[in-house]
Formats: sequence, C-alpha cells, structure tokens
Amino acid sequence: MNIVISNRSEEPIYHQIYQQLRGAIVREELKAGEPLPSIRGLARDLQVSVITTRRAYDELERDGYIETVAGKGSFVAPQNAELLREKRVNLVEEKLLAIIQEARSLGLSLPELQRIVELLYEEGL
Amino acid sequence: MENVLEIKGLSKNLGSFRLDKVSFSLPRGYIMGFIGPNGAGKTTTIKLLMNLMHRDGGDIRVFGLDNRHYEKEIKQHIAFVYDESHYYENLSLLDNRRIVARFYRDWDEKAFQQHLRDFDLPPHKKLKNLSRGMRTKFGLAIALSHAAEFLLMDEPTSGLDPVFRSELMDILQQLLVEENKSVLFSTHITTDLERVADYICFINQGRIVLCQSKDEMLQGHVLVKGALEQLSPEAEKMFIGLRKNHYGFEGLSADPRGIRQFFGDGVLLESPGLDEIMVFYVRGHHHV
Repeated sequence: MNIVISNRSEEPIYHQIYQQLRGAIVREELKAGEPLPSIRGLARDLQVSVITTRRAYDELERDGYIETVAGKGSFVAPQNAELLREKRVNLVEEKLLAIIQEARSLGLSLPELQRIVELLYEEGL
Repeated sequence: MENVLEIKGLSKNLGSFRLDKVSFSLPRGYIMGFIGPNGAGKTTTIKLLMNLMHRDGGDIRVFGLDNRHYEKEIKQHIAFVYDESHYYENLSLLDNRRIVARFYRDWDEKAFQQHLRDFDLPPHKKLKNLSRGMRTKFGLAIALSHAAEFLLMDEPTSGLDPVFRSELMDILQQLLVEENKSVLFSTHITTDLERVADYICFINQGRIVLCQSKDEMLQGHVLVKGALEQLSPEAEKMFIGLRKNHYGFEGLSADPRGIRQFFGDGVLLESPGLDEIMVFYVRGHHHV
C-alpha cells in the first residue's frame, strides 16, 4: 500500500491520509481483519505529527472502516459486500464532484460534459 | 491526558525584559515546538524550567512534581540539549562520556554505543575537532542514554544545515514511537517544526501569544492577498497583521470564515506557514 502526502496541497494532511487509507480498504488492498500500521510508526514514516495521524485514524474509526483494540492497535473492520459497493460508488461520486466543479469553472454546460463522459466511457471499453 | 510539563503563571523580571505570567502544558507522548523571535523569552523559560535561575512567581511541574523541590529526581529523567556545548573540549567523546555517565543512575552504555554508531560519531576524536552538527548529535547521544522521558532542547538547530536538521527530526520522530517520550523544542526556525510538531507554543515579548495543536494553528489562520481598494477601516480590523505596499496588501487573519464572507472571491487566499503566522503577529499592521 502506498501513501503519498503533499505538504503543499490545500487538503489538510490528516484528510489525505484518511482518503488514501479509506481507498485501500474500499479497494480491498487492505482486507478485513488486517492490522494497520501503528499511529506513531506511521507518523514517523510519513514525517507528520502524531496528532495528524491520530485524527485520520479517529475519523476512519468513526466512519466504520477500522476498529481499534486498546493495547493491540487498529484493524480493518469487516465490510459488508453491499455496503462496500455503496462506498465505492461514493468514491466515484466524490471524484465526479471535483470534475463538475472544474467543468463549471470552465463554463462547460451539463450536456457538453455528458457528451465528453459518454465518449470517454465508450472509448474506455 | 497526563501532562509531562505544566507551567502556570511563570514570571521573571530581568530589567528591560519581563517574562509575564507564562502558562502552558505539554501532554505526555508528543512534540511541542516553542517558537518566537530572538529575545521573546524562550531561553528564560527553559532556564527557569531547569531551575538555573530564580523566578519571581509561578509554578512549574515536571512529571507532576514541583521542579524546585524534586529537582534531582526530575533531572534524572530529563534530557537537556542546549545550543552551546558544556562538555570538555580537550577530551575525546568517550572520555567525556565517562565523566557525564557517573551522574546518572540509569546510564545505558549499550544505548550510548548504539547512538554513536547511528549518528556516525567518532568515539576517539576530541570534542574540539567536531563540527557543530556533530556536537549537537553528541549532546543528543548523551541525552538519550540515560532513560530520559522528557527531551528538552534549546535552539538545537540554529546554525545547522537543512540536511542535519532533517536528520534531527527523524531522530525525534523515532523517539516518539515510544509512547511515554515527550519533546519540547525551542527554535526560531519554524520550518523544522512544520512537519513533525504536534503542538506549537508561540511566545513574544515575554507573553504566550498562542498555544495549541499545530493543525489547529495552521487551519485557524488564513493569508489574504488583494488590492488596496478592497480594504476599509472595518476590513482592516479583521487582520492580526497587515502589510501594505503600493501594489496591494497581504494580511493574516484568525477568522478564515469571516474573511471568506467579507471578501468573497475577490482576494487570493492561502494557507499560511508557521513563519508567516509568527511574522504577522509580531509585526502587526505596517506599511512598506
């Protein structure tokens, strides 16, 4: 699993960590029951503060992606298949939202954007 | 959360300079950066903490113990690294170690030898022949070899190159992997702290300006750049510091939401770094 942090991004660092770990869990690169790196070890490896990684883990736990066992560390929570699909769809929606904002700032209309998506979707096959 | 350090109402009058009711605390297991311009009171605070100076008022607790009544016990578990070297210049590193090690009940020779290797320190070289960065590393090797739980460093990176400073940050983070270790690190080079510090305590003219988690501090401020016409006396009140020149203004605000509401998309908004936060607080509103 790779985690890439940008110190120059507008995105808060805890959120970058959150998103990348969540991505790995949703894509099942990290499987249910697998241990996550310790908060302090990950902070050292990514060269970020302990508070920052702790916040990412807290939010992953709040959103049901991981479970923390006192004294043992954090593990990927069991994901139900239907829920997993829903979460993956959510990820797609999030990315689409970013694209829509970009398109709006360029003055692209919805039909124009839809055409681009249709073309690319067909090509992708 | 247990605090490794608690300072309350610490005051000291030094004639032209006054430390004015300084209060802050550091939870166990975290790194705190103690920042401020030269002469802000960082070293005075640290000297009082180490009980190297008499105070006029206030209370300091280290590991929950009064730092004057329990000075000896506390110092067994504090590792103190200062800017200047206080070892013997004409002795080798090993001979210096022989002298220092006797003062510590829990001296760990194995750990010391490991640190010498990790830090690439030449054991038989005389201290006077070491570079500045190597001296700091030697101080750190000693400091980390007596089971200290609290590492206190006064300007350990001043005058050192970026490569060494980055190495030092790695050493500190490695230390922090153990949950019971804490670090207080004073510096005016804020870039060192930008990545690794958990908390930032900012002091200016003997007073604490801000003391909070680094993430809160960075996200709680916004850097605004725009044209002079956009400013009004009312708008200027939203800024902690404002720098105006012929071509526009640049200002720091602690109210990102208010700024967005007031200026909308008409200005450029950026996330400030610690250095910018420090500069705008210290310089306030000024014209160039």
